[in-house]
Amino acid sequence: MSTDVRGFFAGVGERWRGLPKWQRMSGFAAFIAVLYYLPLLGIPGLMWLRTDSIEGGNNWAGVLFTCAIYVLIAIGLNVVIGLAGLLDLGYVGFFALGAYSVALFGSTQSPVVKALQEKFDLSQEWAVAWAICIPIALAITMISGVILGWPTLRLRGDYLAIVTLGFGEIIRIVIRNGKEWSGGPSGVAAIPGPQGPPAPDNKIFGLLDIKPWYWLALSIVLVVVFLVRRLENSRVGRAWLAVREDEDAAAVMGVYPFKFKLWAFAIGAALGGLSGFLYASRGGFIEPNQFNAQLSILFVAMVVVGGSGNMAGVALGAFLLAYLPERFRDFAEWRFLVFGLALVIVMLLRPQGLIPSRRRARELKDRQEEVAPHVAANRT
Amino acid sequence: MSQPTEREVLLDVDHVTLRFGGVVALDDVSFSLYKGEILGLIGPNGAGKTTCFNVMTGVYKPTSGAVQFDQKRITGRRPHEINRMGVARTFQNIRLFPEMSAIENVMVGTDSQHKTSVLGALFRLYRKRVKPEELPQVTSSNGLVRAVQQIRRTSAQIFGLSRHTLEERAGERKSLELLRFVGIEHRANDLARNLPYGDQRRLEIARALATEPKLLCLDEPAAGFNPAEKEELMGLIRKIREQGQTILLIEHDMRLVMGVTDRIVVLEFGKKIAEGSPAEVRDNPKVIAAYLGETADAS
Repeated sequence: MSTDVRGFFAGVGERWRGLPKWQRMSGFAAFIAVLYYLPLLGIPGLMWLRTDSIEGGNNWAGVLFTCAIYVLIAIGLNVVIGLAGLLDLGYVGFFALGAYSVALFGSTQSPVVKALQEKFDLSQEWAVAWAICIPIALAITMISGVILGWPTLRLRGDYLAIVTLGFGEIIRIVIRNGKEWSGGPSGVAAIPGPQGPPAPDNKIFGLLDIKPWYWLALSIVLVVVFLVRRLENSRVGRAWLAVREDEDAAAVMGVYPFKFKLWAFAIGAALGGLSGFLYASRGGFIEPNQFNAQLSILFVAMVVVGGSGNMAGVALGAFLLAYLPERFRDFAEWRFLVFGLALVIVMLLRPQGLIPSRRRARELKDRQEEVAPHVAANRT
Repeated sequence: MSQPTEREVLLDVDHVTLRFGGVVALDDVSFSLYKGEILGLIGPNGAGKTTCFNVMTGVYKPTSGAVQFDQKRITGRRPHEINRMGVARTFQNIRLFPEMSAIENVMVGTDSQHKTSVLGALFRLYRKRVKPEELPQVTSSNGLVRAVQQIRRTSAQIFGLSRHTLEERAGERKSLELLRFVGIEHRANDLARNLPYGDQRRLEIARALATEPKLLCLDEPAAGFNPAEKEELMGLIRKIREQGQTILLIEHDMRLVMGVTDRIVVLEFGKKIAEGSPAEVRDNPKVIAAYLGETADAS
């Protein structure tokens, strides 16, 4: 059976890559259009896909939003695990930092904003604008990624995994204990969205209609996919892969492993933070216990199940792991058993993940013509 | 055969000692390498040849002594810095990047000469004007693809091409050239791990050459080769030297070493026991006793 499954997937991939470029371009455009259409899904015969088609099911757009931010996390974690080969088990730490950046600087109820109001004699309604919170969140998470990476990236493999696992927990515990500045275990409320603090008269990014939130998250995901693809197919991506494959050999070939690993950590952290940022803005309220180590494991599972190193793969993994438990709520209590089983099955049948990583074949025709003809082949 | 005093020293191994706990891997080893020559480094298994390479490329730090390259001290520098100074190597047990294609393996080497980093690859703002023949071509017969190509061409005419694109192209071109040079151009897009053994060895040499080294260190490049392949490899090594590179060669195959090198250094138990032209080394009683033994006649 396993060969059948493999054969099927390989066949689809092969056929897709064999299509003319314009067909792949239009296929991709159609796929994006479908993604934007998804929350409105009303085609008879496909209604069963919606999570609210079952009794007690969650808001469909809300589930899609969760899927989108998980996909964002998976893409960020894929840079760290899939490309650079650094096993990070504390990714939730960056997710939490991103969420708390918007909470602490954007919410009128956060201790940080209150302190700023007092210090600079500002009104009770004053808080840092949502749009300005984005660069703040990115900066905080990137810096924390560098701070975590600087001493620990000299470690390899399992040791790094343990240190990062600790980091994730430390962030959560520090936030929970920092009552004076982080709100402590009771969390922070009134976290703003693009239209300011949550209020009933927010027309677009409101509390009830979640579709715009999904579209916002989806758009951010698409931009991030575009940018990360650029990195993947550049010198940086090659350096990451080289370090993942053989760090010592890469160093001898002129790649400074530490620098590129640190970049991978910083970029991964920024994407995790961006995801946490969206999560907090949409929810309006966060508290430390939402960011437990279990989530970190879930994030790693998304990457591993989907196909470590392949962006489409990890996005699929993230989507499935976020969507399936919502759609099949009857089994929600069994979720972790099912996850465990699914992981075992995937590892047995398809250890590289659902869509395994595959290096793009390079178009070399132009280059071949440019190569000087006097460089004769050594072999006949 | 060679007149060392008249020639410029490229690499100088100066009284290098390396201890691992109680084990002395290299014991006060000194030798020099002159520009443009092929130096053989031989010795029985465990003599310290590969350890010597590792000291020269920054993988190990010597306990005492130092290595000078091009009049600069390289001891204490990190491997990637040493590579940038002009030292490249291959490995005894092939160490390619198995999940990358052959050409990407070589491009990792060419990348070391390039400037684009994370921000350059992300935003591609640093642009240069290019000659008309370097602009992207409009080639497709399909309307949609043609339109995209036309947009690319026009924008390249107006804004120029990014440094990322130019470097990527230059890297591809040079990598292909090197793959052709070692004879595996037709394998450019195959994963390194799927290449046959001999091609993997050739790919390692191409990858090392891609970093534009002044000194190329080959660690048993002929291991596992049949006589015909060894012959080919000798031709390749000579061709590399003709391009002006200096070569340091570790090799067990006496015929190959005697046939291709200008001078030979012999190590045994971490000590240098002989140095000289192939003929001198072959006749050195110490060397015969230590290493060549009866097999000296067999070669």
